[in-house]
Amino acid sequence: MSGPLHGFRGGLDLDGRRHTRDQAIRPGPLPRTLVLPLHQHIGEPAEPVVAVGDTVLRGQPVARADNYVCAPVHASSSGTVIAIEDRPVPHPSGLSAPCIVIETDGEDRWAPPLPPIDDPTDTPARVLRARIREAGIVGLGGAAFPTAIKLNPPADTPPDTLIVNGVECDTHLTCDDRLMRERPTEILSGAAIAAGMLGAGRVRVAVESDKPEAAHALERALEDSGLAHGPLAWTIDRIPERYPAGSERQLIENLTGRRVPPDGLPKDVGVITSNVATFAAIHRAVLYGEPLTQRIVTVTGDGVRQPGNLEARIGTPVSELVAHCGGYHPRVAQLVMGGSLMGRSLLDDAVPVIKGTNCLLAATPAELTPSAPAMPCIRCGACAEVCPEALTPQQIYWYTRSRDYTLADDWGVFDCIECGACAWVCPSQIPLVQYFRHAKGAIAEREKEQARAELARRRHEFRQERLEREKQEQAERRRRKKEALKQGKDDRKATINAALARARRKKSAEKED
Amino acid sequence: MEFPRRSSPHQTGASGVAAVMRQVLYALVPGTLALAWFQGTGVLVHLAVAILVALGTEALVMRLRRRPVAPALADGSVLVTGWIVALAIPPLAPWWVTASAVFFGVLFGKHLYGGLGYNPFNPAMVGYVMALIAFPREMTYWFPAAAPGDWPVDAAAAIRAVLLGADEATLDALTGATPLDLVHAGTPPSGVFMLEAGPGWVVAPLLFLAGGLWLMHQRLIDWRIPVAMLGTMAVLAALLWLLPGERPAPLFHLLAGGTLLGAFFVATDPVSAATTVRGRWIYGAGIGALALLIREFGGYPDGVAFAILLMNGAAPFIDYCFRPRRGTG
Ligand code: SF4
Ligand code: SF4
Repeated sequence: MSGPLHGFRGGLDLDGRRHTRDQAIRPGPLPRTLVLPLHQHIGEPAEPVVAVGDTVLRGQPVARADNYVCAPVHASSSGTVIAIEDRPVPHPSGLSAPCIVIETDGEDRWAPPLPPIDDPTDTPARVLRARIREAGIVGLGGAAFPTAIKLNPPADTPPDTLIVNGVECDTHLTCDDRLMRERPTEILSGAAIAAGMLGAGRVRVAVESDKPEAAHALERALEDSGLAHGPLAWTIDRIPERYPAGSERQLIENLTGRRVPPDGLPKDVGVITSNVATFAAIHRAVLYGEPLTQRIVTVTGDGVRQPGNLEARIGTPVSELVAHCGGYHPRVAQLVMGGSLMGRSLLDDAVPVIKGTNCLLAATPAELTPSAPAMPCIRCGACAEVCPEALTPQQIYWYTRSRDYTLADDWGVFDCIECGACAWVCPSQIPLVQYFRHAKGAIAEREKEQARAELARRRHEFRQERLEREKQEQAERRRRKKEALKQGKDDRKATINAALARARRKKSAEKED
Repeated sequence: MEFPRRSSPHQTGASGVAAVMRQVLYALVPGTLALAWFQGTGVLVHLAVAILVALGTEALVMRLRRRPVAPALADGSVLVTGWIVALAIPPLAPWWVTASAVFFGVLFGKHLYGGLGYNPFNPAMVGYVMALIAFPREMTYWFPAAAPGDWPVDAAAAIRAVLLGADEATLDALTGATPLDLVHAGTPPSGVFMLEAGPGWVVAPLLFLAGGLWLMHQRLIDWRIPVAMLGTMAVLAALLWLLPGERPAPLFHLLAGGTLLGAFFVATDPVSAATTVRGRWIYGAGIGALALLIREFGGYPDGVAFAILLMNGAAPFIDYCFRPRRGTG
């Protein structure tokens, strides 16, 4: 039941540290307040459609997607909107962003669902896409790209393969493992709907080989649901554990042998991928009309007392989620959203769970690399060896340090997927990823600067042009006026002359008479 | 509750530069002991001198540069430099040969270029070549042939010789040509093995090989460099050997002089080597070829150190030529 594998370059053998793999999914708390950021996805923020004081029901849209690259936000419980204001959001900068704040009423009443679509195979892709969009579904693996757009590839390169990503390669994550084990049918059903919409004939479900229960559950569900005997070609692929096997580009290369070009997207090589939880959400949105109001979050680390996998409402403050897991251990030192390799550190636990939150890691000092001062790079090349994107991290690091951003760009800093494999192996403990983020930021800033300068230059030229034009127009007007005046004078002269002539003619005629 | 900000990754798996250096030192121990066994206690005295001078120089320079001293000493890199210099100094040479070589290597080879990580040339080789040029005679004080424990002078005499200097007559009587000198004298050891010249010339290199293989297995050195270097050397040596005339066999070259020590412990020094994958093949092959050519046709008995320094100089250019292009790899 497994397809061929092609492997991918570089990578690490990580010990997964998955202490929560045997923790069944349990319901999260119903917090007193829910904080729903308007911007939880890649693209433009959503627009609020409620006002302070409005009462809302669970599943009711509170912000709509006005832009194409956008996703609506739904209330994740019933209650009253008490504020629409800036609140801290899960962003590494620790910045605040607009959020809709709901005080829950504890009754958790649902709004009427969207009309269920009973037979998705008979429904046009357009309609299904509109539903997925309306349900606010974004990629739940962490990247949070609006799913409806992903499922709308250009007609010229129709995808032939749909990849269902069940590879949780970062450390500590078990939410997808649990989902695959407990709800395999939902995932497969969602994948079948997506493959039907795309016209892709092949579905490959990728599971890491250290999750035999998940692979087994999927295989059984494939048989039991009858999907195995349907029109789609299914495989459940067991992927060797190797970080970052779950990263999109590496996964595609591993399964299909196709390399997504550096500036390209998976659709360019005929592949669409999404995370298992995304497909489960598609299943619920299409068949039950249920918008996305919750997701499974792994709460783990030695800094929390009762780690587990929680079905958390989007908007739940992290502090409440941790409290629901028995609270912090006094030795907690660091809070990370995501796994330990790619996760982002949180400054404050007031931030809410958002659609892309897969893991909360409350780490004790023992679980962290001590932040020893970085040593000089000894050019050992270990970083280049593990880089899955075939970059030369030490060189990019060198150029970034010397602020040679053009060279950092030349050596491919923008191809860096920030997987952290290089920093993991660096014997000098250099925070390489931090440098690469900095270089990317600096280059983007510079380009923005250039764009601004260009705009200013164009504006200036435009103004010059306009002034010039106005001057010319004025001159033209003046000239015309003068001409008109002259014309007027001439006209008068002509009239006088004509009158004189007439008089003369009259006179002579009188004489002749 | 508030938390500090840190950049991902939040965990790492590397053990640090000091741990790497420590393992390199472990890997040097068997070969060093063999060398001491065959070449006498002088080897250990030189080792002690080298370590003291290495640490002292590093501390002095770091203090002068107003940088923290303790971490620099703790990273172990200067110990590796000193240790390797000591292995390259003949056992009856006076102590100041080692001391000045180490001092020069650490100061000129390492710190004048900015310290750890910034030196384009391997500091140990810089020191060794300086000694070779400055003290050509003292650098020949090797015991000619040796059987295990069969030291021509006892331990006390060896220590005295190193620390106080030995008189000319004793030296002339004790020291002699190494197998590589014989190549230049036009009488290379016949037969494939240098065993004729005494097991002392074979056992220590083989133990350095073992240490190198262990480092390779620990993934602490890149296998490509020694493989490219030894492979190139063997192929070229075989070509010369097949030509008419008296030439040593390829295996002789692989075992002689500093070949194996250089291949696994010096050429692989990441700081001064090429860093790109393809570049490392070229870099290793260049060392192998140059070392062989210098040995066969050059003026110095062993060419490995010169070959490494020459290729150190070429490494940045090699890396530039073989830098990975976007989207390839
Ligand atoms: S792993 Fe670290 S020390 Fe080694 S080359 Fe890369 S950046 Fe330098
Ligand atoms: S973080 Fe970037 S440079 Fe480092 S290994 Fe990953 S892709 Fe390569």
